[in-house]
Amino acid sequence: MSNEKDQKIVFKLIGLTVLMSVFTFAMVPLYDLFCEITGINGKIVDQALYQESEIDKEREITVEFVTSIKRGMPWEFNTQTKKVVVHPGELNEVMFFARNKSGYAITGQAIPSVTPGKASLYLNKTECFCFDQQTLKAGETIDMPMRFYLDPDIPDDIHTITMYYALFNASPDNDSSVAQK
Amino acid sequence: MGSHKPTGISRWLFTTNHKDIGTMYLWFSFIMFLTGGAFALGIRLELFQPGLQFWDPNTFNSLTTMHGLIMVFGAVMPAFVGLANWLIPMQIGAPDMALPRMNNWSFWILPFAFGLLLSSFFLPGGAPNFGWTFYAPLSTKFGPPSTDFFIFGVHLMGISSIMGAINVIVTVFNMRAPGMTLMKMPMFVWTWVITAFLLIMVMPVLAGAVTMMLTDRHFGTSFFDAAGGGDPVMFQHIFWFFGHPEVYIMILPAFGIASHIIPTFSRKPLFGYSSMVYATASIAFLSFIVWAHHMFTVGMPVVGELYFMIATMIIAVPTGVKIFNWVATMWQGSLTFETPMLFALAFVILFTLGGVSGVMLAMTPVDKQYHDTYFVVAHFHYVLFPGAIFGTIAAVYYWLPKWVGNMYNETLGKVHFWLSIIFVNLTFFPMHFSGLAGMQRRVPDYNMMFEDFNRMSSIGALGLGLTQLLFFYIVVQCVRGGTGKATGEVWEGAEGLEFTHLPSPAPYHSFDEAPEVK
Repeated sequence: MSNEKDQKIVFKLIGLTVLMSVFTFAMVPLYDLFCEITGINGKIVDQALYQESEIDKEREITVEFVTSIKRGMPWEFNTQTKKVVVHPGELNEVMFFARNKSGYAITGQAIPSVTPGKASLYLNKTECFCFDQQTLKAGETIDMPMRFYLDPDIPDDIHTITMYYALFNASPDNDSSVAQK
Repeated sequence: MGSHKPTGISRWLFTTNHKDIGTMYLWFSFIMFLTGGAFALGIRLELFQPGLQFWDPNTFNSLTTMHGLIMVFGAVMPAFVGLANWLIPMQIGAPDMALPRMNNWSFWILPFAFGLLLSSFFLPGGAPNFGWTFYAPLSTKFGPPSTDFFIFGVHLMGISSIMGAINVIVTVFNMRAPGMTLMKMPMFVWTWVITAFLLIMVMPVLAGAVTMMLTDRHFGTSFFDAAGGGDPVMFQHIFWFFGHPEVYIMILPAFGIASHIIPTFSRKPLFGYSSMVYATASIAFLSFIVWAHHMFTVGMPVVGELYFMIATMIIAVPTGVKIFNWVATMWQGSLTFETPMLFALAFVILFTLGGVSGVMLAMTPVDKQYHDTYFVVAHFHYVLFPGAIFGTIAAVYYWLPKWVGNMYNETLGKVHFWLSIIFVNLTFFPMHFSGLAGMQRRVPDYNMMFEDFNRMSSIGALGLGLTQLLFFYIVVQCVRGGTGKATGEVWEGAEGLEFTHLPSPAPYHSFDEAPEVK
């Protein structure tokens, strides 16, 4: 480097490069935070406690349940109830079941998502299999309850909520992250 | 200063001279341009008729991916860095770039980066096949093994671009001739300084994105993997936070070039110089806050869609300022139409056309129909081929006599222009129609109804590709003597230190003594 004047600018610019690299990785937690506050992408992560409140018998909201199984997951995974009509404020329970169809033990993780996204701010789950992972032995079957209630403040334009669960293979030795054959 | 350059290959390997490095950048980008062009012809060959004829779908996907990557990172960006190397020291009255050794390094990284990328064609599983935008999880979970070659290739290109950008900024800030204040700098220098800041701010974002991909693929992280709590949509946000400023990186220097050529051949000073500077800076700023217009279909809330739609449309304002300034520069000028002027005029008209289809795409409800169709392909090829590439070609015709001291063959130059303008429109204009009718991008087969449009595009692409070989011939002929010696001024009344203060060809070390700028 030819002189001090050059060095000064070079260091500042390298600093800017480093700053932008840090910013890129900072985008990951910021993105989650932003989504959590605004409820944009329908993620629900935390377990809620049921708070007794007035049940709004006037309003009826349809809640639908959809499940899917991701690649490399030899399980059966479904819900016994496809759809329920609920009143905001009341506690509801829905049963899901899973069966390991393979000949070995597998750990599964369900990832939830809610449509419309803003409904996630008013949807409270007191119990959900998606809060933990499930390990099933070969051929084992399990019934899993999911309890939830809707916040009575839920906006008037929400009439139907779809709760979606994608089941992933979370076994530590799972190889599905390698390119397909 | 005596001439003490080594000869033969070591001259090129060890050179720290801005002209030698600029030359290498330009030839490298031309080779990449032909390589990426060959991939494009492979795509057009398959799309000449419906059904699958030449490639299996995976190879077709590799061709589209590599065409995009090579053209963006291998052809357009190095071409602009090459022009910056040649022109910035001459235009600001400096002997060379501020950091000559780093300059050498930033060039010599590139052949390795692209060697790595291109070698992936010979790996099991083939070259990257997920499109140049490499959306996760297609590129993480389902990418071929060669994806890792792609990742390291991108890292290398990123390092090279950042070093090139640092060099430009230091040179411009510290080495301007006495009297050349910031607001007296030539437009090409201004647009390049702004481009350099964009590069420094977004290349680390790209590097971060591919690093996350790498750790997702091999080290058990889940940045983009929903199973582990990550989010694939976040990939698109990070990518386009890089990607949108990137498209301005590929056009701002061409704005600078047009702002030199149009005044010269209109024999009038550039209209609204300072508004040009502010417009460029505004475009650069806006480019950071509009990225999600590339992802209107991910399911954004309406407020988000409205914001990104309106912010995107605002970019048309500073861009419009530039276009009106170029037109006002020509107004009542005594225009002549030498080859550089022809290319610059085609640039202004066709870039505007690409900009107008861009405003159409900015409208969220409309975009939901256009998304991922050939209309988008038509849009960005109109801003890139007649925009970035015509800009580069115009610059080469305009400054080549200054660089080598000889005039190129004007007749052949005009033939090159007319063939290019016919074929570029024949190739890309029909894509607007097939796209509006619903033809998808990146698919090797298509509905019979699109056949006519695709035939036109394929014939145009072949012609456009062959025409660029004529450009190669014209440049080589000019370097070897051309049609006679160029004067120091080269073009009647050309402004700028490189024309008023330097002979043709420009000496090896541009300015031994800094000129005085009044």
